[in-house]
Amino acid sequence: MSKTKTNEILQSAAFKKLVKNRWSISLAFTFLMLFVYIGFLMVVAYQKDTLKMPVGESLNLAIIVGMGIILFSWLITGVYVYWANNYYDAAVKEIKKDL
Amino acid sequence: MSLNLLLQVSPAGTTSTLGTANPVSIAIFFLFVAVTLYITYWAAKKTKTGSEFYAAGRNISGFQNGLALAGDYMSAASFLGIAGMVAIRGYDGLIYSIGFLVGWPLIMFLVAEPLRNLGKYTFADVVAYRLRQRPIRIASSVGSLMTIAFYLIAQMVGAGTLIQTLFGLDYEIAVFVVGIVMTCYVLFGGMIATTWVQIIKAVLLLSGATILVLLAMAQFNFSPGALFDSVKEQYGADMLAPGGYITNPLDAISLGLALMLGTAGLPHILMRFYTVPDDKAARKSVFVATGFIGYFYILTFFIGFSAMALVGKDSIEVLDKGGNMAALLLAEHTGGSAFLGFIASVAFATILAVVAGLTLSGASSISHDLYVHVVKKGVSDEKGEIKVAKRATIFLGVLAIGLGLIFKGQNVAFMVGLAFSIAASANFPALLMSIIWKGFTTRGAVLSIVTGAILSLVLIVLSPTVWVDVFGNAEAIFPLKNPALVSMTSAFVVGIIASLLGPEKDAADKFESEKLRTYLGVGSEK
Repeated sequence: MSKTKTNEILQSAAFKKLVKNRWSISLAFTFLMLFVYIGFLMVVAYQKDTLKMPVGESLNLAIIVGMGIILFSWLITGVYVYWANNYYDAAVKEIKKDL
Repeated sequence: MSLNLLLQVSPAGTTSTLGTANPVSIAIFFLFVAVTLYITYWAAKKTKTGSEFYAAGRNISGFQNGLALAGDYMSAASFLGIAGMVAIRGYDGLIYSIGFLVGWPLIMFLVAEPLRNLGKYTFADVVAYRLRQRPIRIASSVGSLMTIAFYLIAQMVGAGTLIQTLFGLDYEIAVFVVGIVMTCYVLFGGMIATTWVQIIKAVLLLSGATILVLLAMAQFNFSPGALFDSVKEQYGADMLAPGGYITNPLDAISLGLALMLGTAGLPHILMRFYTVPDDKAARKSVFVATGFIGYFYILTFFIGFSAMALVGKDSIEVLDKGGNMAALLLAEHTGGSAFLGFIASVAFATILAVVAGLTLSGASSISHDLYVHVVKKGVSDEKGEIKVAKRATIFLGVLAIGLGLIFKGQNVAFMVGLAFSIAASANFPALLMSIIWKGFTTRGAVLSIVTGAILSLVLIVLSPTVWVDVFGNAEAIFPLKNPALVSMTSAFVVGIIASLLGPEKDAADKFESEKLRTYLGVGSEK
């Protein structure tokens, strides 16, 4: 690929938007994950009794929250894949058309 | 294996048959080794080029790689160790296991796709892409090899001890068997064989653990509520909630960061992203891996509590204070000694697969990073590179056996934490900054890696995990059990300051053109 063509793409609004969107989503999801996990550790450290609260007949909040974080970790990767497959890849395809 | 031997299955009695040669487990283990060696033979015929040896010809599908990633990550330590921790300490075991899962989404968001698009065989390819090759390759391979070495020691010692307990086989023989078989996988079958060993192991481990949970839950009419009630009745409601695991919040955060970000810096995990055809398959494989690993930790949670309720804490602690035998005792309790044999051989297979993955990534670091880019200055023919990779495999196989023998009977529990701390402090910051920061320089990367590695090593020696638990001193010099909070932060800070102090124009210029490859996959390895 010629140098001018490369520069053209790098400078294009579409490409800049692609990179910006990619990192906005990635960093937002990263901080969300950090917040959920560190938040959980802090609740465990400072609010043990809250987690002992019974839920239903045999369960308690601790078990629900713990299982919830495992499920959340998986689902959030699913949301990212959904976004990337539908929006990111489409934008990449659009930009590559010009190559 | 003769039928005669198979028939000698002793009935499940009140006392455990653990530690005696169990014919079922020996039969299943031999079957596993035979099948995987046959796969290795088949893979060897397809392993000729560098891309085939290191990256399975980039022909592994996203789903297959997801299973293989899960196989690489779910060690026997997490299977037996976490189930045991739940069985002895209840809910605290779950807190620990969650730490091992939450790093996976970060692999997805931060490294998987850029890694696949920019690199070739090792994660150092990405760091060195626009920086000066030699210093970066030397520093990253030190980070990689240190991570791999400590992880390997923990696995080999674990293997020897576990097999001794399970089969009554000598520790030394176990270490030799594991070392020789895994060397065969890597040496002859490269990444193709290693990938299939991981996939088979993942399927065996996940299905074995699922059956174990189903058998145990059958005794509670498949009602989790009944299981938790039984735990409450016998051991009190506190077992189902956080106990003494987190006493010092800084300790918890430091270990949490090591597990979370260290996962994104494990060389043998990162290397797997080169086995898929493109970045789309790379992201799919993280999704699949995260799902299976999460499911696995839910299973270990139920295995732990079922063992506590059905086998009893005391009976578990009699055999092993850490509870490591809980899953196996539960298997014997619910499925008799034949099922115990099955689960035991799955644990053995698990160790084999994990050490094979570690050895392959260590060998690629030696051959691809050190030999090609440092010794040969980037110019080497493929034949020469593979030859060195194979010699490195043999060297690492011998080293693994040697280390397993040297560390026999030593307390190596801290080594997994140390491996994660080095991965989080030496490998991850340099990798992340090289991907996202234009101003990152060669000097910044080298100093960041060196800082992360040295601080992890020195601080863990001074920490309660080694200074008190291993050396037996009364009080630790460094207060945190895992150093990642300090060592990783320092690695970032040093990398940033060193880069700001001496900008590298060449690297910044190349960052722009590298974007085409990072984000569009233009020019990525096919």
